[in-house]
Amino acid sequence: MKDALGAPQSLLVLGGTSAIGLATARRMIARRTRTVHLAGRPSPALDASAASLRALGAEVRTVAFDALDPGSHEERLGAVFAAGDVDVVLLAFGVPGDQARDESDPVAAARVAGTNYTGAVSAGLVCAGALQAQGHGSLVVLSSTAAERARRADFIYGSSKAGLDVFAQGLGDALYGTGVHVMVVRPGFVRSRATAGRPEEPFATTPEEVAASIERGLRRRSETVWVPGALRMVTAAVRHVPRPLYRRLPV
Amino acid sequence: MAVETRVPDDDCEALTGWGRTAPTLARVYRPRSPAEVAAALRAPGARGAIARGLGRAHGDAARNAGGTVLDMTGLDRIRAVDARAGLVDCEAGVSLHRLMELLLPLGRFVPVVPATRYVTVGGAIAGDVHGGNQHTAGSFGRHVVSLELLTPDGEVRTVRPGTPLFDATTGGLGLTGVILSAVLRLPAVETSLMRVDTERARDLDDLLGRLAGGDHRYAYSTARIDLLARGAATGRAVLTRGDHAPYDALPRRHPARRAPLAFRPVRLPAPPPYVPGGLLGGASAGLFHALWHRASPRAAAGRFRPLSGFFHPLDAVPHWNRLYGPGGAVPYRFVLPYGREEVLRGIVRRIAGRRFVPPAVLQRFGPGGPGPLSFALPGWSLALDLPAGLPGLGALLDALDEEVAEAGGRVQPVGDARVRPEVLAAMYPRLDEFRALRAALDPRSVLVSDLSRRLGL
Ligand SMILES: Cc1cc2nc3c(=O)[nH]c(=O)nc-3n(C[C@H](O)[C@H](O)[C@H](O)COP(=O)(O)OP(=O)(O)OC[C@H]3O[C@@H](n4cnc5c(N)ncnc54)[C@H](O)[C@@H]3O)c2cc1C
Ligand SMILES: NC(=O)c1ccc[n+]([C@@H]2O[C@H](COP(=O)([O-])OP(=O)(O)OC[C@H]3O[C@@H](n4cnc5c(N)ncnc54)[C@H](OP(=O)(O)O)[C@@H]3O)[C@@H](O)[C@H]2O)c1
Repeated sequence: MKDALGAPQSLLVLGGTSAIGLATARRMIARRTRTVHLAGRPSPALDASAASLRALGAEVRTVAFDALDPGSHEERLGAVFAAGDVDVVLLAFGVPGDQARDESDPVAAARVAGTNYTGAVSAGLVCAGALQAQGHGSLVVLSSTAAERARRADFIYGSSKAGLDVFAQGLGDALYGTGVHVMVVRPGFVRSRATAGRPEEPFATTPEEVAASIERGLRRRSETVWVPGALRMVTAAVRHVPRPLYRRLPV
Repeated sequence: MAVETRVPDDDCEALTGWGRTAPTLARVYRPRSPAEVAAALRAPGARGAIARGLGRAHGDAARNAGGTVLDMTGLDRIRAVDARAGLVDCEAGVSLHRLMELLLPLGRFVPVVPATRYVTVGGAIAGDVHGGNQHTAGSFGRHVVSLELLTPDGEVRTVRPGTPLFDATTGGLGLTGVILSAVLRLPAVETSLMRVDTERARDLDDLLGRLAGGDHRYAYSTARIDLLARGAATGRAVLTRGDHAPYDALPRRHPARRAPLAFRPVRLPAPPPYVPGGLLGGASAGLFHALWHRASPRAAAGRFRPLSGFFHPLDAVPHWNRLYGPGGAVPYRFVLPYGREEVLRGIVRRIAGRRFVPPAVLQRFGPGGPGPLSFALPGWSLALDLPAGLPGLGALLDALDEEVAEAGGRVQPVGDARVRPEVLAAMYPRLDEFRALRAALDPRSVLVSDLSRRLGL
């Protein structure tokens, strides 16, 4: 059970090697979390992630999960909930893709969409149903500020996140009043393995800061969280820039 | 597993405790007879059932996510009153408010009154609640002559003091069974007025000195610490102590001479359903202080005051917990043994001086009940509510828990919403005894609450 301050005792991370997912897990373990399920594609990295959390004192289990195989989600994730309540589900898997290459490789582009959007829709629905059956819990969905407005530099990724973002908002409304809480998190540029080597954008943040914002959002039962918080205003402004001008902006 | 829009069906309700934090969804049944309670317990579903009274517990004691919650307020019959012997036999859903209305005209009062009278007899037993008379009268369970308990096996047992089941049920948070009815012992009163002495204490040391020095002279004693004061004034407080006024003590022309046992509590309008910002908005914290202040305007000796103003000034405002705002409030209620005053000083200093914190209630406790989860022990008890949105609150309270546990103190289970399971176990060394009794009594885990899940009870 989450306590009155929203701190969970059990956590399911979809995307078990995600830098943001693991930073959040570490933060929660320091508070209350005793059980962590790391769902992801089996790999040495997944096992190493599990070991790193075990070293902090949590009981950690790994679950084989592939976003690109929606047919398996119900069974794989269902098994996690059957083993006990999950207080927070963190939907943290995602691929940034390679915009330049993907524009000329439609199959690769579709894989970005299939992971970030279709896979998340399927996994999100499975988890939402299970949370609803247990009568409590939060589903935290990692969207991105890239979801707010198409950018020349990453609109394939951006569109997949935009789809996910709208899906999660709608799911949150559908579940309003059921005891289940859906929170959309929109980080800007996060310094991590996924962005290593890419030029840093303004308002860059870290997985640890995203984790801190997630903790605060859970306490407040927020519906939308920007990281850093200032991006809320920035993206609102960018949204209203006329298109001819926007096209010329270096975003 | 499809996502169902909004609430799955009409019986489902998102419930919180009085603190309005972390709602969870449950199927709420409102049984009207013991037979209906028994039927609900026979088919509890996969996630079990728990009784709920008036939902005054601040945290998650009377909730059951995904399972069944039995709203016991439908079992509200008074079965018998013996004013001469001072006994009442009533169902568990009867509120202390209702008992007061009924009993005062007969010259009887309820034995223990928490700071709100809108609690049920079942909730008062399951929480083994205390009032301002804890140092003279002990907690609620001490005044129960017998109770009828529907245990998870479907049997109705008459449970009497001195048995392990009775001890586990008082303070047992509804986890040993559903209390159907109880026979309570009632003190006699001659009037519905209190004779009250009000004093002001400059700081915490002054306060502790006054409480320790004079408490034995009063049946009821509480102090409200003004947590907005800091520095040298930390611990500044108003002491309110008193006794039921005997008829002969009323001055000759006092209006109460004609109707000494009348009980007419004030009702003010409720705050609107949505109070933006709540305590953190500042305005409502001010209102709390004003309400409390109204209850104790100045230092005075031997003033006659109505019961409701003395015991429950906040009850005058229905739904006053809306003032906590959308973020809700987190209770912190603990007791520290005598001799560990330095820990108390440290804690008050750490909490004081933050803005928007309602006053804290300090009182002296005597011995607690015999149950494994009995809260009281001889020492200082402090109770306060903190806005859930205060930054760093979780870490602060975790640190205070450690200090309390280390000093041999404990937090009140029914008033808890956040303690760590392992810290609770350190505070209640007989917890395993409680778990063992439950394992034997409820092998199928029919009785489950959010609190029992959270704390592994
Ligand atoms: C303003 C305020 C002031 C308070 N002051 C004090 C105080 O001074 N001292 C103090 O000790 N407490 C105090 N409390 C706490 C309150 O007295 C307890 O939480 C009490 O248990 C609430 O009773 P309830 O009927 O509302 O029960 P609920 O809050 O609905 O339930 C509380 C517990 O009792 C169990 N329960 C309820 N009915 C039954 C039943 N029929 N059979 C079995 N179990 C049952 C529930 O399962 C749950 O575990 C205060 C609370 C408020 C809001
Ligand atoms: N980093 C940023 O700048 C940034 C900014 C905004 C939003 N976000 C979003 O935040 C989330 C987490 O970001 P991060 O930086 O922590 O990412 P990360 O460290 O790169 O982790 C991404 C995770 O997604 C998993 N994954 C990828 N494809 C998968 C598939 N088909 N099935 C299952 N899992 C798959 C990866 O698993 P493998 O180990 O198996 O590859 C990995 O665990 C992502 O959704 C990302 O889009 C990131």
